[in-house]
Amino acid sequence: MSDDLEMQYEVARSRPEAFYERFDRKDELQHQTHYCPGCGHGIIHKMVAQAIDELGIQNRTILISPVGCSVFAYYYFDVGNVQAAHGRAPAVATAVKRSRSQSIVISYQGDGDLSAIGSAEILHAANRGENISVIFVNNAIYSMTGGQVAPTTLLGQRSTTTPEGRSAEREGYPLRVSELLGALEAPVYIERVGIGDNKQIAQAYRAVRKAIENQVRGLGFSLVEILSTCPTIWKMSPVESQRWVHDVMEKTFPLGLIRERTKDAQPHETPAPAPADLRKVLGIADQARIVPHQVAKSATNLQVRVAGFGGQGVLLLGEILAEAGLNAGLEVSWLPSYGPEMRSGTSNCHVRISSEPIDSPLVTRPDVLVAMNEPSLHKFYESVPPGGWVLYNRDAMPGECKRTDLNVLARPFTQIAKDLGDARTGNMIMLGALIECTGAVPWQSVDAALRQMIKSEKWLELDRRALARGRELMREPVEEAVHEG
Amino acid sequence: MSRHLIKGNEAIVKAAVLAGCRGFYGYPITPASEITEAAAKYMPQVGGVFLQAESEVAAINMLYGASAAGVRVMTASSGPGISLMQEGISYMAGAELPCVVADITRAGPGLGNITSEQSDYHQVVKGGGHGNYRTLVLAPHSVQEMVDLTVLAFDLADRYRNPVVLMADGFIGQMMEPVEFPQAVTEPALPRWAVAGTEATRTNLISSIFLDNDKLEAHIRHLEAKYEMARRHETRAEELYTEDAEVVLVGYGIVARILKAVAAEARADGLRVGVLRPITLFPFPTADFVRIATRAKVFVVVEMSNGQMLEDVRLALNGTRPVEFLSRVGGNVPSHHEVLAFVQKQVQLSAQSEEVVHVG
Repeated sequence: MSDDLEMQYEVARSRPEAFYERFDRKDELQHQTHYCPGCGHGIIHKMVAQAIDELGIQNRTILISPVGCSVFAYYYFDVGNVQAAHGRAPAVATAVKRSRSQSIVISYQGDGDLSAIGSAEILHAANRGENISVIFVNNAIYSMTGGQVAPTTLLGQRSTTTPEGRSAEREGYPLRVSELLGALEAPVYIERVGIGDNKQIAQAYRAVRKAIENQVRGLGFSLVEILSTCPTIWKMSPVESQRWVHDVMEKTFPLGLIRERTKDAQPHETPAPAPADLRKVLGIADQARIVPHQVAKSATNLQVRVAGFGGQGVLLLGEILAEAGLNAGLEVSWLPSYGPEMRSGTSNCHVRISSEPIDSPLVTRPDVLVAMNEPSLHKFYESVPPGGWVLYNRDAMPGECKRTDLNVLARPFTQIAKDLGDARTGNMIMLGALIECTGAVPWQSVDAALRQMIKSEKWLELDRRALARGRELMREPVEEAVHEG
Repeated sequence: MSRHLIKGNEAIVKAAVLAGCRGFYGYPITPASEITEAAAKYMPQVGGVFLQAESEVAAINMLYGASAAGVRVMTASSGPGISLMQEGISYMAGAELPCVVADITRAGPGLGNITSEQSDYHQVVKGGGHGNYRTLVLAPHSVQEMVDLTVLAFDLADRYRNPVVLMADGFIGQMMEPVEFPQAVTEPALPRWAVAGTEATRTNLISSIFLDNDKLEAHIRHLEAKYEMARRHETRAEELYTEDAEVVLVGYGIVARILKAVAAEARADGLRVGVLRPITLFPFPTADFVRIATRAKVFVVVEMSNGQMLEDVRLALNGTRPVEFLSRVGGNVPSHHEVLAFVQKQVQLSAQSEEVVHVG
């Protein structure tokens, strides 16, 4: 530069504080960036750094760098840096922001990253209205990988994977992500800008700053799409590139405001502080177990299978039995059948109550089978070992169940429950009979289990009555097995 | 301390909260959904973050973000969802970010079904993602261990700066047993490497990229050194009747519970049967196998897979002892009687082969 010129112009070269002075994280050439001459990233980086300076948020800022040429944004920005997987920057940004609500999270992505592989992540982050700022750099191509077609590639534009140019029939139309996101409720601010000349750069800077400021104010999701240049891949000079953006790209991606509701947006709430007593919140505060007395039998080892239709209270019966065992100071396990069975309307569970640690929670040879319907009886009848009990919810056993080595109590429990006040307590009548015939747990511990698990007074009363009825039924003389038909 | 009757899946969340976990990002899948539901209930009440992500891919990358910000964080899923998370798990291992992933396994391949298999072993224990990394894998076999190993998982994740997987089958997730919960940990200090949006953490960088070959090689050697340290210090296994066992049953998760019942019954019949239950699947308790093999005649591996852990048992024994295998798949569980019959057969065969030796 000649002396004359220096006198005519003031050289205004400034480095934002949010940039490192020297790029120590680079392996070589630490005084310059890794970007090609004429690449838009340099200008855009500077805008972001300038906005960080102006807003006074350098210490609070966390930059999420993407995959693509700007993967190394952390070489330059003297802020907290997190580098994300391809397309996932909005998901990463979401959790960083939600974890550290005071931080200012800037997610920086290119068009391959954001509009292709990361299309789900950006859509949902925007739709949730995450309080983050997204800088979306669109140069209509995959640059770092060498110039393949992107969702944003223009019709007719050549790329290494559209050698004849993009065709709408083959690759679809250029994806206007900003317009798509603009259709959502949550985003507060979306604008597309260019960097083709000084006027555009000034406008782009206002947009970048606004997107970040919105977050500082807690307003919600903001995105600035910046039409950018890639002279290397486009095989143009920097000046030609800028002209191409202006003359060609802007026709497909018109500049302008796409969504603006900054004025109506309300600041996001900050999360409530943690409560003092975690155990109380988790429902695991220490509570005295009611241990009425030592269990009558010195060695208890009861294995029960409960089965019936969904809605008959099969699982609840098992749970109350297990809870009662625990109340009595015993080891217990409760294992539900789950999976397709659960969905097809039948249900069963395995319950073990033991004075010893329980090895397998699976009950394959139940001491007691509680069969609340006929299919369940047939399914498990043969598994009951000799001397075991079968409680069956009908007034008689089916003709084909002829075993004489079993104890059987066949009663229409559901009907009895109905007569007693509510058909839904049939399970509790059967539980009463079970406890009476096994003597495995004391009645007090059953009552305590009921009180722990049944919160409604009305149901507590109905269930208690049902349990007592079951006990009576079991005390009646046991008949020889009666068969139907 | 009182004991609480609780489902395995719910116990994980309560234990996680007590262990200082304050972030849960998940996606529903049977049979792990109760974990996500319990997290939705409790996380907001304890000042934590719960978010149901748009996919497992997003969920694991949210763990990446929360962990980068220095928060103890977890997710839960099952087979197909764990497959989708492998991308993020690889990135987290590469970037040395701690997290806990609960895998409540189901049957595959593809959609398979929602009942229990142990066929996630390869993708979880061997690392289903790309690159030279491992996850630490813990295999609970009771609801109490769902609590204890969840707490341990958070400690190991922080200590090794690496993802830790709690791999349980659907049975352990769905069953209820009484458990004691530990005291809540004092709030973990912010890790010095975290990026928390503060002046003190401003110069920190979380990344898994090493452009320079030598730097990446050094990084991978550094990761290996951590895994080697885990091998030396974190290997865990449970043994039952192994002092004089001739037949050693090997299994984890629900299978180990069945094996304990089988061993007790076989002992009652006078058979010298023991159980070796790996609690850590990586690091694998190789030394325990080698020690027990000095006395044992045969190892019987029982798995709800087509022989995935079996490979590690064979590697551990390195041909010194025969390894027999009983497999059930598709969601079927090996029954107590099935395993007992198999064991009896092995004892018989073992006795016959000895006779042959004597005759010779």
